[in-house]
Amino acid sequence: MMDVGRHPNIELLTYSEVEDIRGYVGNFTAHIRRKARYVDEDECTGCGDCAKECPVVVPDEFQMGLGSRKAIYIPFPQAVPSAYIVEDKECLGQNPIACGKCIEACEKNCISFDVQDEHLEINVGAIVVATGMDVYDPTALDEYGYRRFPNVVTSMEFERLVSTGGPLEGHLGRPGDLKQPRKIGFIQCVGSRTQNPEKGNPYCSNVCCMNTIKAAQYLKDNYPEIDISVFYMDLRAFGKGFEELLMRSKASGVRFIRGLPGDIEEVDDTGDLRVTVENTTAKRLEKHEFDMLVLAVGATPAMGTEPVRRLVSLSKSPSGFLKEAHSKLKPVDTPTKGVYIAGAAESPKDIRESVTQAGAASSKASILLNKSKFSIEAITSVLDEDICKKCGQCASVCPFAAITWEKKQLPKLISAACVGCGNCAAECRYGAIKMRHFSDQAVYAQIDAMLEENSANKIVAFACNWCSYAGADTAGVGRMAYPPNARIIRTMCSARVNPEFIWYAFKKGAPVVLISGCHYVDCHYIDANRSTVRRMDGLWDGLEKAGLRTDRLLLEWCSAAEGGRWQTIMKETEKKRQSVTSEEIDGTRTALEDAKIPRPRNPKASDENQDADFVCMRCGYSWKGNYRSNVERICPQCRSNSIRWLKKKKNK
Amino acid sequence: MIRDDLRIGVFVCDCGSNIAGMVDTEALREYAGTLPQVELSIRNKYTCADPGQQEIQKSIYEHNLNRVVVASCSPASYEPIFRQCIEGAGLNRYLLEMANIREHCSWVTDDKADATQKAKDIVNVAVARARWLYPQDEEKIPVTDAALVVGGGIAGIQAALDIADSGHKVYLVEKKPSIGGIMAQLDKVYPDIECSI
Repeated sequence: MMDVGRHPNIELLTYSEVEDIRGYVGNFTAHIRRKARYVDEDECTGCGDCAKECPVVVPDEFQMGLGSRKAIYIPFPQAVPSAYIVEDKECLGQNPIACGKCIEACEKNCISFDVQDEHLEINVGAIVVATGMDVYDPTALDEYGYRRFPNVVTSMEFERLVSTGGPLEGHLGRPGDLKQPRKIGFIQCVGSRTQNPEKGNPYCSNVCCMNTIKAAQYLKDNYPEIDISVFYMDLRAFGKGFEELLMRSKASGVRFIRGLPGDIEEVDDTGDLRVTVENTTAKRLEKHEFDMLVLAVGATPAMGTEPVRRLVSLSKSPSGFLKEAHSKLKPVDTPTKGVYIAGAAESPKDIRESVTQAGAASSKASILLNKSKFSIEAITSVLDEDICKKCGQCASVCPFAAITWEKKQLPKLISAACVGCGNCAAECRYGAIKMRHFSDQAVYAQIDAMLEENSANKIVAFACNWCSYAGADTAGVGRMAYPPNARIIRTMCSARVNPEFIWYAFKKGAPVVLISGCHYVDCHYIDANRSTVRRMDGLWDGLEKAGLRTDRLLLEWCSAAEGGRWQTIMKETEKKRQSVTSEEIDGTRTALEDAKIPRPRNPKASDENQDADFVCMRCGYSWKGNYRSNVERICPQCRSNSIRWLKKKKNK
Repeated sequence: MIRDDLRIGVFVCDCGSNIAGMVDTEALREYAGTLPQVELSIRNKYTCADPGQQEIQKSIYEHNLNRVVVASCSPASYEPIFRQCIEGAGLNRYLLEMANIREHCSWVTDDKADATQKAKDIVNVAVARARWLYPQDEEKIPVTDAALVVGGGIAGIQAALDIADSGHKVYLVEKKPSIGGIMAQLDKVYPDIECSI
């Protein structure tokens, strides 16, 4: 911490918030609000004379509310910067007439109420998001009695209670009566690993097992007479030195009981706590009494992450933590070029893991900053200004905010922020957006070539570069044989596939057209493949309107690892092709002659979470379900993703 | 409009027996040579090996090729290498197209006639796309030599120090009055039960 304050290359901006970030890789501009501290950071010696005079006493958040501080305070003794600060919402008045005792007390005159928030604009080439995690609040878990019983504390409160820098200065006492506890119980997985959303989160919070084992061992080392029990469902001691510490704590007499308490009650007026638990190893119901209980609370995504996430267009994992560019190969990169993630913002992490990831993120950032120029792969979008009708649809679908648009103006395409997914080009109904290297003409030429001969035997298949094309590669590596009828057109994203391509393929005699891409969680362009689904719904409606079989158009998600799934997709798609007759193919040409190219079917906000009818284009199974635009559709019967969302029939 | 001065070279790879074991690569080479605007088609045992790459470069010089189709494996494996190869012979790196006749054909088809027919189609489609490839310039944008680190917990502190030690300017932004984050609140840390700060 001290090193940061002293480093000549680091400008430390504490008590500051990022309000806006604009720009793109290599060229970001961030707007920072530096809130007024009212104490000159450079001049303050940290003597504390001001705080002695301050009449305002408030709970100390650093001590988890277990201690108190003044309205002018230093967050903790080792704080960096080592300077006091006035919390203006608590201060009696910034008018010296109202109070001003601190100003009088400060011999160095470094307190002034005449300062204001400062707005800084900084230019940077790279950004590291290290917004951390928050701690789960167990108040909602009624059975554990947190806040009802004073001697039920969280693991964070426990840290402050045992700390020499804590409110009890290292003399262990329980909050209810400050008596030293003789029996302490720890309860694991509080707010973690539950399928009940009212009781916390489904994921493992990663650090709580070891944190409890550490705390138990620390107690055994310093207070050998204290009796300690740990209630758990699984113990996860998977890191270097972790298993050894667990063994040491067992040898020191810490008791590990498999089973999470179902109920906690206070024993009369003693402040002691009675725990009812099903010991699942001994298979019996047990009651235990403790002087104090520690809830090993889990981690939650930090509240402070969300605004930053939006500013730099990052996506979230289902857990709510930030999503990395690739779960194995790019764990510190993000889909936004020049932005990297470090620490618990990405998932719950301990110190060692956070430090490791920070090292990786800073290495990535340094690689970028070491370059004076950054080359962009020439697959970006380009606007044909003569064709553009200034409707702004392109800007509304760009997942990377690489297109800006204002009413009646030509959109601006920022090539440095563009990653070439092609969603804008597929959305533009006027053909005004061209993709460099993945041009419309090339796609039409590919379709022509594949349907040149024996078109009735061919499947026109679009595959996205990252998942489905790679999934087909995986099928190859695994030598998973499948029918030879599909011909693949590679695009960067399934969202590149313009409905016009599909119409064209059908007109040219394709019996079946397959679109494939990444699963929702894997989309390499944040959520571009949701646009693919909007377009598919439109196309299925369009085929129906033209009097054609809708199930000749299929959609499948396949990850790079799912070679077996690709094999199944190929077999099933071939079955479908065999069901298409030559009369149907001939009929398609005439039916689509004058049929308009269907526009995407865009869900309305009122569709969300409503009952809807779905039908599987692969197997024909139909069912009623909940419509959710951000949930991958999958057939409960055959696992296909060719799921058509049927339009509601209008009541006549 | 397709340019009428296209001179396409198709390089068919045996990949040892990986492709040649299932696809009649000689028939494929002959077929590729019949496609419009294909100037020459050549077959190699391993196109990715040095002799194979040298043959591509030599052919570009001798036949004045301006588009190159390599019929071999997935672009995920060798596209960067063949791009470098044609660039070495003075062609723009975006004038390459790969026809994946290994992962998407020879390895997943169990009938030789089917596999050969599919490989021909794949090459035909790749040549069709190659006709619409144009030289592309990669835009080079300047990079501001400074980093913003958002968050002053242990991860942010470490990232800021590492980037700063690499010689770059760092702005470390923390919303609280002090850096340190959750770690500063911990009394002792595992696995060695030592001080956190």
